[in-house]
Amino acid sequence: MSFIKKPRIIHPESRPNSIGLSINDYEGAMSTLCAGCGHDSVSAGIMQAFFELDIAPHNVAKLSGIGCSSKTPTYFLRGAHGFNSVHGRMPSIATGANAANGELHYIGVSGDGDSLSIGLGQLCHAIRRNVNMLYVIENNGVYGLTKGQFSASADVGSTAKRGEANHLRPIDPILTAIDIGGSFVARGFSGDKDNLVPLIKAGIMHRGFALIDVISPCVTFNDHEGSTKSYLHTRQASHAAIYADYIPVRDEITAVLDKGANVVPLHDGGQVQFRQVDDKYDPTDRSKAAGYIRECQERSEIVTGLLYIDDDAPDLHMLSDTSETPLRDLEFKTLNPGAKALEEIQNAWS
Amino acid sequence: MNPTDTSDPSYYHRVVDCQWACPAHTDVPEYIRLIAQGRYRDSYLLNRLSNVFPGVLGRVCDRPCEPACRRGRVEEKPVAICRLKRVAADLAGDIRPYLPVVPKQKNGKRIACIGAGCASLTVANDLLPLGYEVVIFEQFDKTGGLMRTNIPAFRLPETVLNDEIDMILEMGVDLRLGQRVDSIKALLDGSFDAVFVGTGAPRGKDLNLPGRNESERIHIGIEWLESVAFKHTQDIGSNVLIIGVGNTAMDCCRTSKRLGGSNVKVIARKPRGYFKASPWELEDAEEEQIEIVVNHSPKEFVVENERLIGMTFDQLNYDEDASGNLVSRVIGEKFLPCDDVILAIGQENSFEWIERDIGIEFDRWDVPIIDRQTYQSTYEGLFFGGDAAFGPENIIWAVEHGHQAAISIHNYCEGRDIKDRLPVGMNLASTKMSIHEWSFSNDFDPSQRREMRHVDLQKRFDELNIEVEMGFSSDQAAVEIERCLNCDIQTVFSEKLCIECDACIDVCPVQCLTITSNKEEDALRASLTIPAYDKEQLLFVSSDLPQTGRVMVKDENLCVHCSLCAERCPTGAWDMRKSTLLIPYALDEKDAWPRKAG
Ligand SMILES: Cc1cc2nc3c(=O)[nH]c(=O)nc-3n(C[C@H](O)[C@H](O)[C@H](O)COP(=O)(O)OP(=O)(O)OC[C@H]3O[C@@H](n4cnc5c(N)ncnc54)[C@H](O)[C@@H]3O)c2cc1C
Ligand SMILES: Cc1ncc(C[n+]2csc(CCOP(=O)(O)OP(=O)(O)O)c2C)c(N)n1
Ligand code: SF4
Ligand code: SF4
Ligand code: SF4
Ligand SMILES: [Mg+2]
Repeated sequence: MSFIKKPRIIHPESRPNSIGLSINDYEGAMSTLCAGCGHDSVSAGIMQAFFELDIAPHNVAKLSGIGCSSKTPTYFLRGAHGFNSVHGRMPSIATGANAANGELHYIGVSGDGDSLSIGLGQLCHAIRRNVNMLYVIENNGVYGLTKGQFSASADVGSTAKRGEANHLRPIDPILTAIDIGGSFVARGFSGDKDNLVPLIKAGIMHRGFALIDVISPCVTFNDHEGSTKSYLHTRQASHAAIYADYIPVRDEITAVLDKGANVVPLHDGGQVQFRQVDDKYDPTDRSKAAGYIRECQERSEIVTGLLYIDDDAPDLHMLSDTSETPLRDLEFKTLNPGAKALEEIQNAWS
Repeated sequence: MNPTDTSDPSYYHRVVDCQWACPAHTDVPEYIRLIAQGRYRDSYLLNRLSNVFPGVLGRVCDRPCEPACRRGRVEEKPVAICRLKRVAADLAGDIRPYLPVVPKQKNGKRIACIGAGCASLTVANDLLPLGYEVVIFEQFDKTGGLMRTNIPAFRLPETVLNDEIDMILEMGVDLRLGQRVDSIKALLDGSFDAVFVGTGAPRGKDLNLPGRNESERIHIGIEWLESVAFKHTQDIGSNVLIIGVGNTAMDCCRTSKRLGGSNVKVIARKPRGYFKASPWELEDAEEEQIEIVVNHSPKEFVVENERLIGMTFDQLNYDEDASGNLVSRVIGEKFLPCDDVILAIGQENSFEWIERDIGIEFDRWDVPIIDRQTYQSTYEGLFFGGDAAFGPENIIWAVEHGHQAAISIHNYCEGRDIKDRLPVGMNLASTKMSIHEWSFSNDFDPSQRREMRHVDLQKRFDELNIEVEMGFSSDQAAVEIERCLNCDIQTVFSEKLCIECDACIDVCPVQCLTITSNKEEDALRASLTIPAYDKEQLLFVSSDLPQTGRVMVKDENLCVHCSLCAERCPTGAWDMRKSTLLIPYALDEKDAWPRKAG
């Protein structure tokens, strides 16, 4: 942890975004994570994404659970709302917050321990409800904060720092999400921001639950030879299945990722453009996507990119027909129609 | 791009913008840190090593370092480098016991220096510790050259000047005051082993317009300042016109104010932005209510009944031509009344005392041909330096010329090739103290530049020699010191250790780092985190990184040397190392012979 504060200097060549903010305005407190932790890079990617999307920090709510990864919301978007929940319970808090105010952008940051062990049930139901949020799992294969025990994402055969191997089969958050109805499922790598930042942008703008599993090495407990979540191994074993980018409404006509790029229009008016590495891969076909990922997994390959997307799936508010207007903006009379109204509702079932 | 060769001392030297810009390569950041530690004497001595006159230069240096200072790019204003130098000089105490020792046993070689200005004095300073006998011939009764005769005492007190000159004279100069050299030939008769010409550029330019020779009240700036310095001139009329808007004009107008000029105008041909005067000199003049009249071109001195009554000017307007040059157009005529006119339109050399038939070649402007590295003329053993070498410059250049000429003179007297000089070297030493602790103050201080305190406008005109600038208070100095970014504490990169985690890139407060695939320079510059198109500022490019074969690129331009990259790097691939430039002086040459092979 550094003793000095990061100097606040606005680079004379850096341009503000369209709401007049500089990238510095998207920073948070100085990180207290280990030097070189992948999580800090993901934070940097998140800052860049919100900056480029021209989203003001006060229109964002950051939520997290417990873990090194879950500490990171402190280190970005100083001006955003935030909630640091108990271990594994962030999805419930996010669901509740989203139900009360659907107008904010929600970003949840969690770890493989927080999401796949204690919080697995919570995560699954938030996916099923298609809560409109971006959910980032900073996946390092260990419980970093408690000194490096294997997590539920550790691969069979991957070794811990002292040499012992993991024997339990891993839970893959990607396959799980595709399986239970996830509407935006992606994988990135903290060491490859060129691909990660577009995924984060698209995830923020997607209507519904966007899950990004980011391989984010723990330099202290899981970056050695024998680990399958190290920087080196991830670089050697991963390949992009798809290159995707989010194109906002204003740029739509001019910015084209590539000739022959495929397009998924989003509900905000922007679009996701993507180009497959393999022609046969189709990120809008749920079962084909799952099959492809499983095949790669069997070959011990890590696939990255926007692996599945369905922007038409109804989200929490549509499914439960709840108020589109944030509760804080409703008149007291509407929010609380009084004892008489309650009586009438109860009588309707009697 | 090819990987950067950081073993070439000039790479890290250029990162220290101030030191690179300083003609004498003064180690600015180190002397600032010494002040911070209260080690004023050490700070002074470090300054003196390269610039010889820290007390003088801490007041009146032309300070090419300040426009170059990185702080001026990170925010609006550079570090007040010059003012801090004065802090060191004012508080240094007696430094004489720490000066180089002059051997009692002389080496039997005699050197003549012509002129007792800063160039000759530097030559003496460098050669006396080697055992040379140095004779200085000076036409006036006083030493110091233009520092004494032209730089007014309200900018440079005589006591400060005397003290620093005396330090050199006390080393044992054979000083011949009041002895003008009227023939170089006479000195080249074999009684000296080498001769150094440090006679400056003593002739002020004249303006031959109608009426020029009809009045005694038209003065040439540098002659007039000299006669004020020697107290031959003690007053001036109330309305004064100064022609020209360079630094000499600034000294002339402010001196006029102190001698009775109540209405002093400086006349410029061009608009603001094209003035030759340093911005701070201009500021000080305007603070003293001197009016600057722009776009006026002198036409005639108007003399009536043998009395100067004013000047007429063409009033100009400027347009830009296609290539952006200013083109003037006369739009009218204007008469400005005055009692005196001072011409401050430039200086030139005057070598009427150098015979043209003894092998000293002159160029087509009638200036001797001097080698830029050795300062030798085409006559072997005859060296030039200061304003005499390449025309009027400033004190710090004259000092640097003096150092280089001294090296040549020494090698010449030893019978060696004067082009065989010691190369500049570089030391690098880690500043790491513990995990996130460094041996320098790496925390960025956002304070703005401190303003110099000035003697009250009412009081400062009471006497001619009241020094206007009061120096920094200790509080001001303490803040200003922290503004320095320690550019000499270099970010040194070891590619073998990098795991490409991006931590350094993410933390850098000025986004100067990028990991990317290597390309040609232009493409690489365009592809950086923040594109860097200013080629004056260096790019560091690593060799291929182990994991992906990409390269680490650093744009040196705005690096604030905060060490955060090194703190956030998990592998120690970045380290903060202090670079020390090793500049050879004449004294170093002594120990370096015989040259070792390789
Ligand atoms: C008005 C004015 C203000 C200036 N202000 C600044 C300033 O603020 N900062 C700055 O850095 N620079 C300033 N300069 C420039 C600076 O003073 C000169 O660049 C510097 O003094 C040059 O040093 P020098 O040793 O080459 O020559 P000089 O200082 O000119 O010294 C030459 C000496 O040689 C003597 N001499 C000449 N001919 C002979 C001869 N034939 N025989 C014997 N002796 C002879 C002269 O009398 C003189 O003493 C200023 C110049 C002027 C005119
Ligand atoms: C209820 C509860 N159980 C256990 C813990 C101990 N604990 C803290 S963090 C953590 C795991 C964190 O792992 P992960 O989410 O992967 O975060 P990382 O530190 O690896 O980023 C555990 C088990 C706790 N804080 N609370
Ligand atoms: S322990 Fe691991 S996960 Fe936690 S901060 Fe350190 S490197 Fe990151
Ligand atoms: S910040 Fe300090 S070291 Fe850097 S150029 Fe300025 S004075 Fe020199
Ligand atoms: S922090 Fe160190 S290891 Fe990481 S990218 Fe920078 S130099 Fe390489
Ligand atoms: Mg983890």
